[in-house]
Amino acid sequence: MAIEVQNLHKSFGDKHVLQGIDFTFHKGKINMIIGASGSGKSVMLKSIVGLMEPDEGKVIFDGVDFHHCDMTTKRELRKNIGMLFQGSALFDSMTVEQNVTFPLQMFTKNSVAENRDRVAFVLERVKLPGSEKLYPSELSGGMMKRVGIARAIAMNPNYLFVDEPNSGLDPLTAKVIDELIQELTYEYEMTTVVVSHDMNSVVNIGDNIMFLYKGKKEWEGDNKAILAITSGPLEEFVFVSDLIRRN
Amino acid sequence: MYKLFYHIGRYVLLVRGIFKTPEKFSIYYQLAIREAVSMTNGSLFIVVIISTFIGGVQTIQIAYQLETGLLPDSIIGSVVAATSILELAPTVLSFILAGRIGSNIASQIGTMRVTEQIDALEVMGINSKGYLLIPRIVAGMISFPVLITISAFLMVVGGMFAGQAGGEVTVTEFSQGMTEYYDGFQIVVMYIKAVIYGFLISSISAYQGFYTSGGALEVGEASTRAVVFSCLAMVVADYLVAELLL
Repeated sequence: MAIEVQNLHKSFGDKHVLQGIDFTFHKGKINMIIGASGSGKSVMLKSIVGLMEPDEGKVIFDGVDFHHCDMTTKRELRKNIGMLFQGSALFDSMTVEQNVTFPLQMFTKNSVAENRDRVAFVLERVKLPGSEKLYPSELSGGMMKRVGIARAIAMNPNYLFVDEPNSGLDPLTAKVIDELIQELTYEYEMTTVVVSHDMNSVVNIGDNIMFLYKGKKEWEGDNKAILAITSGPLEEFVFVSDLIRRN
Repeated sequence: MYKLFYHIGRYVLLVRGIFKTPEKFSIYYQLAIREAVSMTNGSLFIVVIISTFIGGVQTIQIAYQLETGLLPDSIIGSVVAATSILELAPTVLSFILAGRIGSNIASQIGTMRVTEQIDALEVMGINSKGYLLIPRIVAGMISFPVLITISAFLMVVGGMFAGQAGGEVTVTEFSQGMTEYYDGFQIVVMYIKAVIYGFLISSISAYQGFYTSGGALEVGEASTRAVVFSCLAMVVADYLVAELLL
């Protein structure tokens, strides 16, 4: 049970951003796509979740070819996808409760009470109980990420996608978010895909890591193997900061 | 020219796309009513002020042009009512509403685009075009006729009282002129225009917002374009309605 990416290509004009990526994202693990800015991480994530149509290749969610299936199957599959965006992408005009309830209202026949219980549960799960009536403008960056996670897991998805979870956060809050993602992934056995260039995250929570370099998969491995790298662009990427030291 | 056809084509595809995989009717219904109430309430003050004054100014200017005394003063009432119902209330007021409502729709949707809120809808499997456009278009087609009705009424009332206050025409003469030359079809034309303008302003503004890319600056530009293109579409529609119906 996993997401398989096969021979993924995506170009914008002359710029060949993804050049035949093959990779498997495993269930119950934190799969990370890492790479420098402009390496194609976000394009890859958007191609996987269907926000972009790849030029070539397949994205297979547990046997379902996402880009070549019918609308009904795609719609059903999407109900199993949760995503946390870089800027959280909470709906400004809605309270925290309304944001988290939104997918439940759209796709379930739950009663108001059932939805309220579910919202209370997921907010408790992301350690934000009692924040139901707040608006996104009243939340800090870390709180917004947590509400974003709460909304993403409200439908109990099988797949969780996270785009740059730590951008704009202080190291302590970033660690809390990383741990939350890890906890939820293991607890609910989700296939989690995290796009990041934060090496602290990679080392702390990366179970299955792919390093993208100039639109190609340069390396794959886990968070232990990545620290043993001794040459090439990945070595430069990983050890650019003095905070990350070789074993 | 190529760019014009590109935008028209993309606009048509957007409007067509709103009907693909519609969400729950009850949700659209609630959103449309909320939008319609918000559009109407939010524009009411400006509509009342502008309409009343336009009516008053019309009476004074028509009276000034009829100073020769060859025509009865009651004609002022008929001209004010006819121009208000046929053109000033629906068209001129809609230009103002394009600035008030159109820019609001474009900036709301544009902000949602640049802050990835539309992407969030799409990842959830929601038809973002339908979810964002249908309630706003329906709301536009409901609130425009309401606002334009209020506007036409206030233009006539404003004209009547301005005439009385300035001594150009009495309320009795004004009313007599209005009733004497009354043509119910003008009301029909006014509502046809109101519905068309409501649709055009809300859909064109939504289009501008939906395809915004970049940041805050581009949201502002989309908002400006929404007003400009809505006004251009309205004058074309105004001409076509006049040509076809009158």
